[in-house]
This record gives sequence, C-alpha cells and structure tokens, in this order.
Amino acid sequence: MKRKDKNPKAYYWVKKTLVRCFFTLIIAAIAVVMVIPFVWMLSASMKTAADVLKLPIKWIPEYFYPDNYIKVWNIGGKATVDYHFSIAYFNSLKIAFINLTGAVLTSTLAGYAFAKINFRGRNVVFLIYLATMMIPTQVTLIPRFVMFNSLDLMNGHLPLILPGLFTITGTFLMRQCFMQIPNELKEAAVIDGAGEFQIWAKIMVPVAKPSMASLAMIVFLWNWNNYLDPLVFLSDWRKYTIPVALTNFVEESLTEYNMIMAASASALIPVFIVFFIGNKFFVEGLTAGAVKG
Amino acid sequence: MKIKLSRKVKTDLTGYAFILPNLMGMLCFTLFPLIFSLFISFTDWEFTRGLGNWTFNYGKNYIEMWTDEWFLSSLKNTLVYALAVVPITIFLALVIAVILEKYCYAKVPMKLAIFMPYISNIVAVAIVWIMMYSPWGPFTLAVKALGWENPPAWLGDYDWALPAIIIMAIWSGVGYCVLIYSAAIQGLPQDVYEAADVDGANEMTKFFRITVPALTPTTFFLTITTLINSFQVFAPIQIMTRGGPGTSTTVLVYYMYTTAFTFYRMGYASAIAWILFLLLLVATLIQWRGQKKWVSYQ
Repeated sequence: MKRKDKNPKAYYWVKKTLVRCFFTLIIAAIAVVMVIPFVWMLSASMKTAADVLKLPIKWIPEYFYPDNYIKVWNIGGKATVDYHFSIAYFNSLKIAFINLTGAVLTSTLAGYAFAKINFRGRNVVFLIYLATMMIPTQVTLIPRFVMFNSLDLMNGHLPLILPGLFTITGTFLMRQCFMQIPNELKEAAVIDGAGEFQIWAKIMVPVAKPSMASLAMIVFLWNWNNYLDPLVFLSDWRKYTIPVALTNFVEESLTEYNMIMAASASALIPVFIVFFIGNKFFVEGLTAGAVKG
Repeated sequence: MKIKLSRKVKTDLTGYAFILPNLMGMLCFTLFPLIFSLFISFTDWEFTRGLGNWTFNYGKNYIEMWTDEWFLSSLKNTLVYALAVVPITIFLALVIAVILEKYCYAKVPMKLAIFMPYISNIVAVAIVWIMMYSPWGPFTLAVKALGWENPPAWLGDYDWALPAIIIMAIWSGVGYCVLIYSAAIQGLPQDVYEAADVDGANEMTKFFRITVPALTPTTFFLTITTLINSFQVFAPIQIMTRGGPGTSTTVLVYYMYTTAFTFYRMGYASAIAWILFLLLLVATLIQWRGQKKWVSYQ
C-alpha cells in the first residue's frame, strides 16, 4: 500500500525537476546571448589588432595584451595619440555626482511637500508636474541650446548640470515614498514643537533613505549614459563626457578594433561594478513606479 | 514690526518653500523651453541669423514637412522601429520572466545576465554591435553557422540596416521588461494557482488564464514606457548608421538633430520635435482609451 502511495509523488518530483532543468537550459542560453557581446568585447580588447580579425574567434586570448588599455588611458604618457580618456572619465563622474546629489535633494524636498504638507494649490501644481512628465527632452533641446548659448554657457558643464539638478520623475518617486509613511509620525513631532524642515530632516529623510538611494542610482545611470545633450552642448575634448569621448575615439581610430573595444570596456565596467554593488536599490528604484501603479 | 501670519498662510509658505527649487527648475528647463519651442516652430528662424530675427510663417513648417522626403522617411522608420521593438520585446520579456520565476534554477545570476545590456552605456553598446555586425563579428558568424551562407552587410545594406538596429534594441531593452515582469510575478497571489491545481489545470492553461490576465497592468505600463522610449531612439542611429544607407534608418530625433545642429534650421527642427511630441501623446492616449478592453485591475 505504502509504495503505491509514494510512487506518483516520486514520479511527479522527477518530472518537475526535468521540466525545470529543461527550462533552466533555455534561460541559460538566453543569458549567454545577452552576455556574449560583452565577453567578445573583453576578449577583443586584450588582443592585438590582427588577432581580432582571426577566425575562428578565440574567446580567451592566447596571451594577455594589456597595451590597448595602456594606450587608451595613456598610462605613463607614452602613447602616440592621447585620447584624454581620464579627463572624460573625471568629467562624467563629476557631472553624475553633482546631479545625483542635487536631484535627490530637490526631489526629496518637493516630494515631501507634495505628500505631507497641505498647502493651497498643491493638487494643481502636482497635476502640472504629472503633465510635464510626458514632454520628451528632445522638444526642449533647441530652446535649451538657445538659452545656454545666449548666456554664453556653451561648451561648459553647466548646460548639463543645471537642468540635471531637477527631475520630475524623481519628485514623483519621492512623493510615492512619503505617501506611504504614516501621518502619525509627523503629528507626534508637531506636538513636540518641531517645524516642517526639522521634521523633514530628522524624521522623514532617515525613513526615506532606501528610496533616495534608488533614485540616486537611477539619476547616476541617466547622467552616465546621456548622449544627445553632451553631443549638442560640448565641443571641446577637455569638456567631453564618456559617451562623447567614446564616439570621438571611434572616429579617430576607426580601424583599430582592439583599441575601440578597450575603450568601450573602460566605459562599461564601472557601471557594472556600481550595479552589482547597489543591485538591490537599483531594482527597487526601477520597479517602484511600475508595479504599484 | 512683526507680521503675524495665520496658520494657513504659514503652511502655504512652507509648502511652496519646499517645492521652490524644484519648481524653478521645472519652469526654467521644461515649461519655458516648451512654450519657446512651440513659438519657434511657427517661425522660419535659422540660428545663424541671431536671436530675434525671425518671422512668423503661419505653420508653413508643419505643411512643408509632408512633402519633405527625409521627414517622411524618418516618420516611417520611427513607426516601423517602434512597432517592431515594442511587441517583440514585451512578448519575449513576458515569456522569459514567467519561466525565470516559476520553472528555473539559479534565478539571480540569470536575471543579472539578462539585465546587463540595459544598464550598459548605449554608446559603448552601439559600438560593440557595429563590430558584432562586421563580417568577422560573432553575429555574422553565428548567422553563417546557422546556414545562411551569404548574409548581407547588415548596417551597410539598405534593407537590413533598420532590422539590424531593431535586433540590437530588443537585445538591450528586454532586460528591463523582464525585471519589471519578475517583480510583478512575485507579487501575484498564490491562492489562485493553488485553486487551479485543485481543478487540475495544466501549466499552459494557468499561463494563459491566470498569469497573462493578472499581468495586464504591468504589460500596459511596459507598452507605454517602451513605446515612448522607442519613439525617441537616437544614439544607436547616430552612432551606427547616421541615418543611412540612403534614408533607410533616419528617425525623427536624428532628423531633428541634423536639421537643428548641422543646418541650424531651428524653426523647422522645432516643428519636427513637436510632431514627435504629438505622436507620443496620441500613442499614449490611444492606449489609455484602449486599456479598458484588455487591462484587468483587481
């Protein structure tokens, strides 16, 4: 009797495991397709120019050839052409960090007001905010170009920094976050005689820290990957950010594929590191607006 | 002299003080440029003539564009691109996410791998894909290995350049959709599935009758966001093909960019930007109206 009872269960378990293994293989194949361009990029970045063209592809280079990276970064200052990659790197990091600090600060302030302060006209202003979320940045690009040009700010970083200090999406995200904090927390502080700013700084911000971290990661990514704006606003290599420096690099060294790959890898790896460290916040930030809505 | 403010006024003031930095930014860099852009789009302004030297031309830009071959190609390519990228990306993402969440081992590393293209700098990705499509690149070799002996020169081929960019866009965009779907699947109530198990429903029935309907709000969200992003495609085009060969890959943003910053025809370029904006509005509106028919909120 007992055996008969057990058999279907074992059969079910085996079947389930087999199905799972089968599907895991399919997903693994997809994962490989997603990763292969990166693997190829890395391996090509460590080959000599001639070896990149050799078939069949050697995924693991026969010998490690770090010269490409040394040339791209001009380590030791001996490269024949200096691509000023480290300057572009510094510029990109600088802009990204200024903007993420500014954007998180302004979004947290405004998000708090929209969620917890009952001022007159709040709903109307918020509705305007929602409406402007639809406006593509390309529509405002030409006026921004004209504005910054007449203010004589072209070919500097201010045209990228000033608009980057504010984000409507971020304000929306922070409002969502503050809405979930119970009002009692604020009321208790009001009874103790705390002002709004104190409440914001001492009570609300500590609670909202995970959301702020998520927003910071998203803003960092936006800035790091922004291409159209720097392309329009920057014309001098001293001011280039990584994306513009990279396309410029490709134009200058069109046939040196190994060098191009080393440059691309240099641009990608830091973001991967940031992503793997902050994975949790990142995923939360991206899914926050999506799933609840 | 001390003015005593009523409590209500005080609340108003603190409220506006909190949103002031943000509000100023929005007014300076979104609302004002928006109105300015609408204004320029109705003029014949060319940047080289200097600020103020424009004449109102009564919407001539908006009429002229419909006889402009470059504009028409850009519009067509943008639509083709979006209508190919959006459904394929979302369908693939749905299938991958469901398998990943329900029938798969080693979820986390798989997810990270699938998500990698999305966080990658689009410029670097586009550059790597130029190489992927070259005659000795892995993509061309893989296609050859699958039995296609004389594959086209992808980005250099009039008919294949746009599909090649579409393939890359799907590759780089699918990770984000998988991530959003995964989060949504994790939030689905389990009791419905248990009830279906009791009724003896098989996996396919469960997928089509429970999972897909329950995920419609997520699908709706993803359709809108990926559609908006697809209409705005620029970097891959500018880097990989520059709109060519011929007009085969020009898209609206790329055409706007060259009109404004190569030929400095700010009026006409602004009109193109507004057509893009209208396109986004109409697409969103249609979906918003249509959502009642297929989106089920519980």
